[in-house]
Amino acid sequence: MPEVTYLEALRQGLQEEMRRDERVFILGEDVGRYGGAFKVTEGFFEEFGESRVIDTPISEAAIVGAAAGAAHLGMRPVAEMQFIDFISCAYDMLTNYVATARYRANLACPIVVRGPCGGYVRGGPFHSQNPEAAFLHTPGLKIVCPATARDAKGLIKAAIRDDDPVLYFEHKYLYRRIKEKLPDDGDLVTPIGLARLAREGTHLSIITYSAMVWKALEAAEVLEKEDGLHVEVLDLRTLLPMDDAAILETVKKTNRVMIVHEDTRTGGVAGEITARINESAFEWLDAPVLRVTAADTPLPYAPTLEDYVLPQTADIVAVARKLAGY
Amino acid sequence: MTARPAAAGRKAVAGIPAGLGGAQLLELYYFMRLTRSLEERLTNLYRQGKVIGGLFRSLGQEADSVGSAYALDRSAGDVLSPLIRNLGSLLVMGARPVDVLRQYMAKATSPTRGRELNVHFGDLAMGFIGQISHLGDMLPVMAGVTLTFQLRGERRVGLVYVGDGAMSTGAFHEGMNLAAVRRLPLVVIAENNGYSYSTTLERQTAVSQLVLKAKAYGVQGERADGNDVLAVYEVTRRAVDRARAGAGVTLVELVTFRRKGHAEHDDQHYVPKAELARWEQNDPIDRFVRQLSDHGWADAGELGAVDARVAGELDAAVRAAEQEPPPEAASALEGVYVEPPRQPAPMHREVARA
Repeated sequence: MPEVTYLEALRQGLQEEMRRDERVFILGEDVGRYGGAFKVTEGFFEEFGESRVIDTPISEAAIVGAAAGAAHLGMRPVAEMQFIDFISCAYDMLTNYVATARYRANLACPIVVRGPCGGYVRGGPFHSQNPEAAFLHTPGLKIVCPATARDAKGLIKAAIRDDDPVLYFEHKYLYRRIKEKLPDDGDLVTPIGLARLAREGTHLSIITYSAMVWKALEAAEVLEKEDGLHVEVLDLRTLLPMDDAAILETVKKTNRVMIVHEDTRTGGVAGEITARINESAFEWLDAPVLRVTAADTPLPYAPTLEDYVLPQTADIVAVARKLAGY
Repeated sequence: MTARPAAAGRKAVAGIPAGLGGAQLLELYYFMRLTRSLEERLTNLYRQGKVIGGLFRSLGQEADSVGSAYALDRSAGDVLSPLIRNLGSLLVMGARPVDVLRQYMAKATSPTRGRELNVHFGDLAMGFIGQISHLGDMLPVMAGVTLTFQLRGERRVGLVYVGDGAMSTGAFHEGMNLAAVRRLPLVVIAENNGYSYSTTLERQTAVSQLVLKAKAYGVQGERADGNDVLAVYEVTRRAVDRARAGAGVTLVELVTFRRKGHAEHDDQHYVPKAELARWEQNDPIDRFVRQLSDHGWADAGELGAVDARVAGELDAAVRAAEQEPPPEAASALEGVYVEPPRQPAPMHREVARA
């Protein structure tokens, strides 16, 4: 089994689906001959031709709207946002048009909108965002956030095959930093809506997703070594719909839960998870649900500033100790 | 019965413009009359409190809707996307008056099962996709529809309506530009009806004619009298033929006038009385009736028969729709996704029942 990076795994997933299903096509900015800003679609233009790898004007609303129109007619478009920060330019199209299409008009809208999210890369306020909370609030959409190369591949394939619109947020920090041996023959599909236990533990649970899974795992190692704590790490993989059963299971197992996400704090995904735990498992808790998140600021550029705003492994360790001490 | 006789009138009758036949002229009259009469029935139902939401009239714009939609080829699989004042376009594509009534009255049997209002509904099999309230958004969507025609090598055409107001949106610009760059088989009908809600054209755009914007997008532009149904048909038909032949997008400006308020609640006090009176003299149905009789293309008996047919159809449709029940309350939770995800925790209503 060859070892592939997160980015290569994503590329493989896209490529396999395009070979499998001629209805799948890609549209976005610089995705064609250039191969995309991060080279996710490198070689696609040559293999699939310009009618299936379409370079568009700088028009995120039109990219998403056109994807929706094509999807109504039976196509399976994959729209790339060059940086996921620009998805806000298509916010109206996604929340008002795409997300409501099935409900209001019984119109199928099986599109995938994907793009690089996340910080730790000194990208500044407009090339580092994590927009999941803005869409978590929109019934009709699905949201996936792969943390591993396996899921980068498995979730893009699942997203393309899904009959509803899926937002696929790929973390650019992980693109070339993590590798995994993946089968290159079989049909590796990660079901949407199922979390993954990234590490088993008994003393406390960290619920997280995307690049924060790796920081949580680092923190778990430190806590094991220095404090003798057995920390469980739950990788949500899908945020919408959320795997409530997996969340409930880990709450009942460790009775102490913290949530870690890279996005800002107020109105973030952690608040929703906390509310769900309160509603369905309050009596299982031995401590309040705590969270580690970015500070409520735009993401600054200078390394000293960015590192201060974003959650670090040491923050997770510190909050975990507080949680264990209740 | 709203089905169009299979190209019966493609055979040109001497003197009739645009290559139309006598049967087609009567059909154009039928759809315009049906549009106006259906809206009049809806106005009565609105006053009786039976229309749940607002009522949006297209009084004076029937020729623009009917004539433009009529230029599409339904048998070829052409698709349009309407605006709020394009009831006539929907009827031409095959929408049934009873479904429009069900929509306005929020019936369980309505095409959107009570989820959406008025003419916000679609039927891909008939060739129309419902709009949303965010103006301009259907431009990118119809760019995607016609992109699909192009990718599949299908000789189908898309048509999308925008108004003088919708053309100020970012979505309009993005969709128009994308369609232009890819030379998509799309006809963009810009309905210039003088007002977007209460805002005049001069406050909406600095150009004197909407068609001037065509040049900026590198597409063909045409302008026609939107109250002359034959002129509307002709100009749209040319644009449709060009699109089908691979010559790309045309922006067609149809000059007309909104003779009612934005919706029924709006008394239109901001419109000068003289302007209204002038456009009343330019009523598209009256004009067409005069044309038909002056040229001897249809006689009073034929037109009377159409009027009777319309009245009969609407009587039946109103009777049927009025008796139908509203949707079951709990059906509100269905159909957000193909497979409904479990609710995170019992909703408060279920808790209350438990």
